[in-house]
Amino acid sequence: MSSPLRRDDVAHVAKLARLTLSSAELDMFTEQLGQVLEHANDMSSLNLEGVKPTAHPFELLNVVRADEIRASLDRDEVLAMAPDAQDGRFAVPRIMGEAP
Amino acid sequence: MKSAAQTVADVASGASSANEELDRSLGAIRARNDELNVFLYVDEVGARRQADAVDEKVRRGEDPGVLAGVPIAIKDNLCQRGIPTTCSSRILEGWRPPYSATVIERLLAAGAVPVGKTNLDEFAMGSSTENSAFGPTKNPLDPTRVPGGSSGGSAASVAADMTPIALGSDTGGSIRQPAALCGVIGVKPTYGLVSRYGLIAFASSLDQIGPFAKDVRDAAILLEAIAGHDEMDSTSLPEPAPSLSAHVDDGVAGKRIGLVRDLVDGADDEVVDAVEGAAQVLRDAGATIVEMSIPEFRLGLSAYYILAPAEASSNLARYDGVRYGLRVDADDVTAMNEATRTAGFGDEVKRRIMLGTYALSAGYFDAYYGQALKVRTMMIDAFARAYRDVDLLLGATTPSVAFKLGSKVSDPMAMYLSDIFTIPTNLSGEAAVSVPFGTGEAGLPTAVQLLGPARSEARLFAAARILEIAEGR
Repeated sequence: MSSPLRRDDVAHVAKLARLTLSSAELDMFTEQLGQVLEHANDMSSLNLEGVKPTAHPFELLNVVRADEIRASLDRDEVLAMAPDAQDGRFAVPRIMGEAP
Repeated sequence: MKSAAQTVADVASGASSANEELDRSLGAIRARNDELNVFLYVDEVGARRQADAVDEKVRRGEDPGVLAGVPIAIKDNLCQRGIPTTCSSRILEGWRPPYSATVIERLLAAGAVPVGKTNLDEFAMGSSTENSAFGPTKNPLDPTRVPGGSSGGSAASVAADMTPIALGSDTGGSIRQPAALCGVIGVKPTYGLVSRYGLIAFASSLDQIGPFAKDVRDAAILLEAIAGHDEMDSTSLPEPAPSLSAHVDDGVAGKRIGLVRDLVDGADDEVVDAVEGAAQVLRDAGATIVEMSIPEFRLGLSAYYILAPAEASSNLARYDGVRYGLRVDADDVTAMNEATRTAGFGDEVKRRIMLGTYALSAGYFDAYYGQALKVRTMMIDAFARAYRDVDLLLGATTPSVAFKLGSKVSDPMAMYLSDIFTIPTNLSGEAAVSVPFGTGEAGLPTAVQLLGPARSEARLFAAARILEIAEGR
């Protein structure tokens, strides 16, 4: 896994992450992200066959509360902070394109 | 500056008042905030209202609370109802949360007086507070240097005597490292000891809220006030807050403390000297110092810079211009999402989102994320083996004293290395404290780090107190 990252990879990842990068930014991030991944390669040589992965520091069981109705955040107060709202809902630009 | 403990005593006895303490705090903020950029927002109205409520309780002879009248600074990634909360990001500029973090509710109930929101690296990603969209915070001890990060504003507030205590968050060292660079106490509590409800998420399995203070007792009092189970955070430990301040003077007699080479090697000589000096002080106080090596710690940085960005890439997906904060208009919703995120996030946040997206993407998941999860297990097992032999561990907090503004900001990898000694504790979910100890280059403070297993805060504070006494504090 040496030189793990290409410019195209960064462009692809930026698209997945909904970020637009200029050509200069693509160059910069390719180099910088490559350095971090190169550093991370010290893990790739380890034989971790049979080691259990840990996603969370403590064993947690599902936590549930009683199924009873309680007050939640005030809808108007929440929507007042939204960039755009309409009829008690968040409003966004169109989602579907024009019919072909 | 007066300690929090002394402030509470004075306010409760009538020797002072919450309003007088607030005046002093606001005066100190006014005097230096333009120069240092510590606070992004000062909530004079809300603070005054809370101070009045505390003073009224004292007048009526009611219990004003364990933090009565103590001004406190709040890192600006903690939600406070109606108060601008930005995470130092353009993407949240202008947002006022419709609810308060559990820690804020508990502080108010304890009589503390939140005075405002402090600067941080954007979304707590950084080690110098230079990644803030609102400009860097400067180190009050030397304004040509960084205060550390990401909780640099909170550390600086305490160091500049603007508030006796502050809250920060620590995902890879973001409380302990700035505490070290600013010469104050910083505590990363056991994961789950403090509710994360209302802490804007960076890496949820690593994030933990904790105290900054001028002395160990104040840190213990503050942690007691904010700790304990909260049903709003299902990862909070199902138990009440532990007793901590009562154990500050327990000492270290008979304790075994591991001096970990891997938490010292590579640090500057003056930092190494501080750790060795601290070991001698603890030995003189009756502890046994055991030299040990935990080579797994060297893998921490690699695992962290896969795991934390992976979690961040998922957590920060919510900033899409739909529900809060910035929206940059575009013709359709996807273009709007992309334009908003591109304009709203700074470079470091973009780096981490892309790194995490890459590590989680098809074809690379096993090699990076999967492998890092296993290294995390190795780290936990390595700590557990060490704690079968010793009660606590000792090492450096960070490799150097406060560095110059601008010296690392264009080299992310150099910046990441600031966290090399603090990261292992976040990966294991255990507890650690940074204590100022000794002096380095240009009279700047050096610091040492004490590490302990889950729920060892009382033991950590007792050991930290021994170091504090040796420093004449």
